[in-house]
Amino acid sequence: MALLGVVLLLSIAVGAKSMPLGDVWSGLLHRDATEYAVVHRMRLPRTLLGLIAGAALGVAGAVMQALTRNPLADPGLLGINAGASAAVATAAAFLGVTAIGGYVWFALLGAAVVTALVYAVGGGRGATPARLALAGAALNATLYSYVSAVMLLDTASLERLRFWTVGSLASADSATVTRVLPFILVGLLVALGAARPLNALALGDDAARALGARPALIRAAVIVAVTLLCGAATAACGPIVFVGLLVPHLVRALTGPDLRWLLPYCAVLAPVLLLGADVLGRVLGRPGELQVGMVTAVLGGPLFLWLVTRGRVAHP
Amino acid sequence: MHPGSSRLGGTALTLAYDRRVIAEDLTVAVPDRSFTVIIGPNACGKSTLLRALSRMLRPSTGAVLLDGRDIHEVPARKVARTLGLLPQTSVAPDGISVAELVARGRYPHQGLLRQWSREDERVVEESMAATGVADLADRPVDELSGGQRQRVWIAMALAQQTPLLLLDEPTTYLDIAHQIEILDLCARLHEEQGRTLVAVLHDLNHAARYATHLIAMRDGRVVASGEPASVVTADLVADVFGLPCRVIDDPETGTPLVIPAARRRSAAPAPEPA
Repeated sequence: MALLGVVLLLSIAVGAKSMPLGDVWSGLLHRDATEYAVVHRMRLPRTLLGLIAGAALGVAGAVMQALTRNPLADPGLLGINAGASAAVATAAAFLGVTAIGGYVWFALLGAAVVTALVYAVGGGRGATPARLALAGAALNATLYSYVSAVMLLDTASLERLRFWTVGSLASADSATVTRVLPFILVGLLVALGAARPLNALALGDDAARALGARPALIRAAVIVAVTLLCGAATAACGPIVFVGLLVPHLVRALTGPDLRWLLPYCAVLAPVLLLGADVLGRVLGRPGELQVGMVTAVLGGPLFLWLVTRGRVAHP
Repeated sequence: MHPGSSRLGGTALTLAYDRRVIAEDLTVAVPDRSFTVIIGPNACGKSTLLRALSRMLRPSTGAVLLDGRDIHEVPARKVARTLGLLPQTSVAPDGISVAELVARGRYPHQGLLRQWSREDERVVEESMAATGVADLADRPVDELSGGQRQRVWIAMALAQQTPLLLLDEPTTYLDIAHQIEILDLCARLHEEQGRTLVAVLHDLNHAARYATHLIAMRDGRVVASGEPASVVTADLVADVFGLPCRVIDDPETGTPLVIPAARRRSAAPAPEPA
């Protein structure tokens, strides 16, 4: 929590023009301060978006790993974010939908279709981690080439979505935040509500049913939650990889496999990682900035390899 | 309850996976407070019957009755407080401790508003003590031996506090000493705690020694049921398993002991290996 507080402040303070913490404070609180405009119109929405999108991706990754009993499950790696992206690109290029209010629905639809598809192709219950990851990788590649093709054909949408497709918090304004917030809140609530049943399901379908849990219902709830979380997060900031994969693994080392602890911790630590990466991107990319999606990919890859080689990737 | 009463049974069951029919017109009753063991050759439908009795499989026709009601019409949580199951395959999440896994057996006793309580704590400790895993409470399950792990899963089922406990091949994959250890544990749960146990076992002699009630199946039908002494006869073993044998008294317990006929006695002596 303290860590989250620090990153939140940093995210408001650090930018193309950094300000001392004192100014952040006055910018937050005093309407007549010179920093007010920067803080409220740019930094604050951006930070809030990082907060909710991070929580969404972290929790989505954790429940996916639990549901599929697959340590490699991640909304990025399994192509769910790519599905949302492809739907948004389609909407932007062919239907002229360019405002977040419109394409959040397409993002949700794309996420839903890919979630269902990857689950079916990956073989549902009998899915081995490798099979699911492969199905996801194939979908990912296909969908991203589609997104690239659409953008090449239509330069106008390329211009609009160029940063978005690598994953960025930069375009955040308060409209974006308020548009996706309800979806993410509902998704988080559903996911947290599923924590205890998912604990039962983690023991195997038969064991879960013997305990009085209903696997089909739990799966449906989790798929709804993942769709809402990934669709809304992707609509707002583009596809961001590794947050949903890494954070649950890091947190599991801290809390153990009990989802009632794991999920809340992910909801707090994932924004720390995402906003930390965003701040880092602003510092490294000066005078411009690096998109947060690039930073998480560049940092996340090696970090994940490190986890794997240390044998910390536990089956959920 | 009088001796002939039964809380769990099935009438006129048709059991099928998709369209493959395993059993038709199957009627069974589990006597109250018995240690019932279902035996029969591979693919005779004994595990399928256990799955139906534990509502893992919905019968195509007929009904499994729990306390007189169709088990599929009783709320899942209520069934889970009456009838526990040790499935053939379960998964322990990596890194979960013994105490944590056993605690998950409290699932049907908890809810959103009723979280972890003293009572839960007490039941978990008792269950670990009854199965002899109390000393392992803080150990990760994935570091245990097969026999220890099976006792932990039984502890989890015990923590569910169900008067009826179903076990699907609880001794498979265990060596002989651990098989006996698990069966002794089952017998203790039956005798000392008064639970009704239903198990599928492969080993006829184990079944004959530990069961108070046997159900012998072949080709999806119940061929015989009753006390081991009346069910396990040379004729029945020949009929059900196609195995010529003698049945003698187990020198340890006096229960029937199946001695398969030696091949050499009936056939010509095997040629010496070259």
